[in-house]
Amino acid sequence: MAAPQTLFEKVWRHHEVVAETADTPAVLYIDLHLIHEVTSPQAFTVLRQRGLGLRRPERTFATMDHSTPTRTEQVFGDAPITLEDAARQVSELERNCAAFGVELLGLRDARRGIVHIIGPELGLTQPGKTVVCGDSHTSTHGALGALAFGIGTTEVGHVFATQCLLQRKPRTLAINVNGALQPGVTAKDLILAIIGRIGVGGGTGHVIEYRGETIRALDMDARMTVCNMSIEAGARAGMIAPDETTFRYLAGRPRAPQSEAWAAALERWQQLPGDPGARFDREVDIDAAALEPMMTFGTNPGMVIPIGGTIPERTGDPAFAKSLAYMGFAPGERIQEHPVNVVFVGSCTNGRLSDLRAAASLLRGRKIASGVHMLVVPGSQQVKRDAEAEGLDRIFIDAGAEWRESGCSMCLGMNGDLVPKGHYAVSTSNRNFEGRQGIGARTLLASPLTAAACAVRGRVTDPRELL
Amino acid sequence: MEPIRTLRSRTVVLPVSDVDTDQIIPARFLTTTTREGLGKHLFADWRYAPDGSARPDFVLNQPQAAGCTVLVAGRNFGCGSSREHAPWALTDFGLRAVISTQFADIFRSNALKNGLLPVLLEQDAHRWLLEHPGADVTIDLESTTLTLPTGAAVHFPLEPFARYCLTNGVDELGFLLGRAAQIDSYESQRSRP
Repeated sequence: MAAPQTLFEKVWRHHEVVAETADTPAVLYIDLHLIHEVTSPQAFTVLRQRGLGLRRPERTFATMDHSTPTRTEQVFGDAPITLEDAARQVSELERNCAAFGVELLGLRDARRGIVHIIGPELGLTQPGKTVVCGDSHTSTHGALGALAFGIGTTEVGHVFATQCLLQRKPRTLAINVNGALQPGVTAKDLILAIIGRIGVGGGTGHVIEYRGETIRALDMDARMTVCNMSIEAGARAGMIAPDETTFRYLAGRPRAPQSEAWAAALERWQQLPGDPGARFDREVDIDAAALEPMMTFGTNPGMVIPIGGTIPERTGDPAFAKSLAYMGFAPGERIQEHPVNVVFVGSCTNGRLSDLRAAASLLRGRKIASGVHMLVVPGSQQVKRDAEAEGLDRIFIDAGAEWRESGCSMCLGMNGDLVPKGHYAVSTSNRNFEGRQGIGARTLLASPLTAAACAVRGRVTDPRELL
Repeated sequence: MEPIRTLRSRTVVLPVSDVDTDQIIPARFLTTTTREGLGKHLFADWRYAPDGSARPDFVLNQPQAAGCTVLVAGRNFGCGSSREHAPWALTDFGLRAVISTQFADIFRSNALKNGLLPVLLEQDAHRWLLEHPGADVTIDLESTTLTLPTGAAVHFPLEPFARYCLTNGVDELGFLLGRAAQIDSYESQRSRP
């Protein structure tokens, strides 16, 4: 009998065109290649220089999300894209997709959105697939039991030309999460706590599989939030074994297998979860019941504490001191009650319908504090329509927030949605790096519930106070 | 890609851990559609004051950094975004190697594809280099050793395939295109979509 295999090993083996040797990496087949406007242009240039085409254009799928405007008049009206370079990047993607025969969900397409939101939403992302994109948050798609990881632009070119990548087999890390999350504690708090525990380099060289009863109880949106931030722990990818929750999510989605093909797919997918006794290179156990709402205080996602906690002291660590100086914080200080200037709800981490519902649940019948600028950016146009059908847009607008078209927006500010210098932004996004949301911007990463609570009070607030 | 066999340089030391690729090149410079000319944006928010003037206290702005091709940085260099603009900016600036005790996976992969050598050192040699900025080092890819000015030679790990590509200036795309027959056969054998 063959040795028991993990979920990752099954997917990896199934995609080995050539297995790795001591001297050469594996040739790994890629089922789904997602591209966007920022990391693809130079790869198309290489194809042109070498006279190459796409090996499998039908496995390639393009959208635009990073540089795109979120103001309705710039997306659907006549107002031009503010940033000239962003406009050029958008038109270059249109030109490249037309020239190389790639399906593109363009700026005004009803199916457009953040690449990591629309892959699962359209049913393109499926259990057991290999999925890559020139974007580190490709780890999101692992929530469906895919092996999904971010690549560089040179590798985007490799997949264009050969549908394959040269890869060394990563090690495996099991994160076993058990216990019930307390009210007000969400998937975002869980992944922030995990990163705080293992560190921003703790997953380097590994593919994480999130397991345990807490993970099984999460819905797909929450699972995607967890897998999304695997890269913030340095992991190559994050995966969750597919189960009934996954299958229910995928059933009937436009690009998911239909009718007879669905039954066949389901049979394959049910074989994917790791075999009993399969071994991981490392394992970490997390008690979910002990977790509280989490918030970052520094300039990487591992610098995180329970929202009521105090900022730790790390003597003799100049990087830590530099980080706190950037944030305007001191060791021993509490972040709770600290004034907040900006609140951003959105991104590939927390821009799905259930995230907007969570934020809206705290804002219903309330107003955001005066002086707070709150931006709510749905992860896709589909999320936007679904939210509007439930009246969530009215809740946000009535509370005093801005309601925008979909895109990456203020997560990284490439489209001009920026946090002003020195301002404190509670953000549901994934990175609190220096300058990430704007030069001198100070990011506090948190869940949508916490972000909404902070908007209402105008101060860092434990969402459980408003539940 | 230019072959690299030996690198000899003084080091420039940036003693910061967890340097993310947003610091190496901030997102606002990613609206480019080419890979050239990004060196001027390298570490932009650490190198330049808001008025655009060079910050004299930043190491790459100091006179002794001129001409250095080897950067020594803290642990977990290149974490965060997958942007290949990071190695493009580092190499366009003139750097050919980065020394650390840990590299983020995607950065490491991107660096190797652009002739930028990630040198993974053990703690002691790394600490010595952090404490001796401007040290003359020799990095030899044939023997995968880094030689300190003390004469001590320290081994660093580098996969045979990466070493082959770097020392021969071979790019991986050519290698992959050479596997077309295997890819054809994989595609035809696979029953599932």
